[in-house]
Amino acid sequence: MFYREAGQYKTSYEADQALFPIRQDLVGIGVILLVAFVVIPLTANDFFLASIMIPFLVFSLAAIGLNVLTGFCGQLSLGTGAFMGVGAYAAYKLTTIFPDVNVVFLVLLSGFFAAFIGAIFGLPSLRIKGLYLAVTTLAAQFFLEWCFIRIPWLYNYNASGAIEIPKREMFGVVVSGAEATPLARYFVVLSITVAIAFLIANVLRGRIGRSWMMIRDMDIAAELMGIRPLQTKLMAFAVSSYICGVAGAMMVFFWLNAAEPSSYSITLSFQILFMVILGGLGSLGGAFLGAAFIWILPVALKFIPGAIGIEIGAETVEHLTFMVVGALIIFFLIVEPHGFARLWQIAKQKLRVWPFPY
Amino acid sequence: MLYDIFIDPFVQMYQMPDFFLQVLWEGFVAGILYALIALGFVLIFKASGVFNFAQGIMVVFAGLTLVGLHENGVPAYLALILTIGVMGILAYSIERVVMRPLVNQPDIILLMATIGLTYFLIGFGEFIFGGEPKRMIADELGLPTGSTAFEFGERGLVILQHIDVAAAVIAIIMVATLGVFFNKTRIGRALRAVADDHQAALSVGISLNQIWAIVWFAAGLVALATGIMWGARSDVSFALEIIAFKALPVLILGGFTSIPGAIIGGLIIGFGEKIGELYWGGLVGGGIESWLAYIIALIFLLFRPQGLFGEKIIERV
Repeated sequence: MFYREAGQYKTSYEADQALFPIRQDLVGIGVILLVAFVVIPLTANDFFLASIMIPFLVFSLAAIGLNVLTGFCGQLSLGTGAFMGVGAYAAYKLTTIFPDVNVVFLVLLSGFFAAFIGAIFGLPSLRIKGLYLAVTTLAAQFFLEWCFIRIPWLYNYNASGAIEIPKREMFGVVVSGAEATPLARYFVVLSITVAIAFLIANVLRGRIGRSWMMIRDMDIAAELMGIRPLQTKLMAFAVSSYICGVAGAMMVFFWLNAAEPSSYSITLSFQILFMVILGGLGSLGGAFLGAAFIWILPVALKFIPGAIGIEIGAETVEHLTFMVVGALIIFFLIVEPHGFARLWQIAKQKLRVWPFPY
Repeated sequence: MLYDIFIDPFVQMYQMPDFFLQVLWEGFVAGILYALIALGFVLIFKASGVFNFAQGIMVVFAGLTLVGLHENGVPAYLALILTIGVMGILAYSIERVVMRPLVNQPDIILLMATIGLTYFLIGFGEFIFGGEPKRMIADELGLPTGSTAFEFGERGLVILQHIDVAAAVIAIIMVATLGVFFNKTRIGRALRAVADDHQAALSVGISLNQIWAIVWFAAGLVALATGIMWGARSDVSFALEIIAFKALPVLILGGFTSIPGAIIGGLIIGFGEKIGELYWGGLVGGGIESWLAYIIALIFLLFRPQGLFGEKIIERV
């Protein structure tokens, strides 16, 4: 009843294959964008923007990046954190070499470095498959992490070994560095995330995206039908790493202000992988839902004991958070192995047939 | 530069054979210990197709339980038996709560579930035992702790830590026991049947649930042995969890399904890592141990994508 495509006739193939073939989807996305661009900046306080919305958007973008590789091309990767790190360190070096260039442009540019590195570490995927590939991507994770520690040139020979983000302006507004307001950062992060998400949505329904899905479903069959595995798999690695690289650069430029090699450790890779799996493999909307769940849950858990009036030490809360997060992950995997995206599909079906049960 | 890479390390090996032997011995011990962890992975993967990421944390958990019980006044050997009991309960609950509802899910979901389990066990372990490192009760368990120096040649010394010798002996006994268990006993045969084909095993009356609980328990015992050995070399703490990542290259090198593969893979990685770090590591600034194992495994895999002893992957369209 609320979500019914009856009466929306398609008169051309193009209209049928459009990004939003149903009018309600278009309206829904419009409302979400309106909330994100207008309502949240007007109503939210700095804490909400800085420690919930900005990380949420950064992680969503990273989850989209991994989803391209794992969800759409079927190549399991545990090196996401390191590819994000490549983006961050590349962006940092670029800002020190070209201080006058627009920082957003440099962040977007840094993704190409990550894409290059990602494509190199994607090469084994041509021979190695499945869980074996997942373990070999750990080679990328540990090797790159080692590079971030051992190559002082990458962090400008800082004594601390960390990268610190300088102050940069865009259109007269400070967008990076310690003085930037959460609002300015939020707009930059939101714009980049939305732009890349739309771009990827379009890539995925085109020829490239469809060939990724063919490789995912059965690579030998895809090869027989004329898909080149080399180009297709490496393209998936490159695109995925590009997105992760941009997300990694945004993470340090617009959220953390400073980053150590340990910020891009294996823990981050797992976090992103959880977002993808819990959100739903092969679903862009799922990436956002997964990121929201994995990021906001621990933040919320920190406040629950205080809210119901129990005094627990900070350490205990942390341990309990680990336990609860782990248990919830297992719980959701058991209840809905296809992720939140599947729940959303079920909800859509319910809306379609409402008020009838079937 | 080329001299440093291709000639100098070998000259050093020749000139100081005692040091080289020492390095080999350390590589051997490290390899045995990696193999022990990999063994836990292989046991579970063979029987249920689950890539058990939680093996590393099970090692820590077993070690902490043992030490924690002893700290609370339980005698060492009784604590050991109680810990075995705890691992049994853990195995049963994992099978009941996590694995049984996830039967027939894709590999990646099962992998994620074990990572979820890892998080849970980290939180649970820290909640009960606290996060600070603890000393392993090696003396109380009757493990030797001294060291012996062997004269070697005219001017060299090779030092053997007794605990390392004990670790090697225990590892060998463990592997032999597992081999006998797999090949000669009724349950072992059932385990192999399950590993071959779940449905066929079910149809001849083997209880999958029971087998899985047993396998997780066996992996728990391996974890306990590993925990004691690693704990005796350094302290028992959650930092030990990182050794799980050391076992992964061993695993892909040997193949997910092969017990001998785990042992030989462990030795290759152990030797390669120590020799690489000590003779070539200095050239690039050291600390290459963290990724060298992966690169070695990667090179092997490029020639044999299923690992040295893994089952050949046959794909049909």
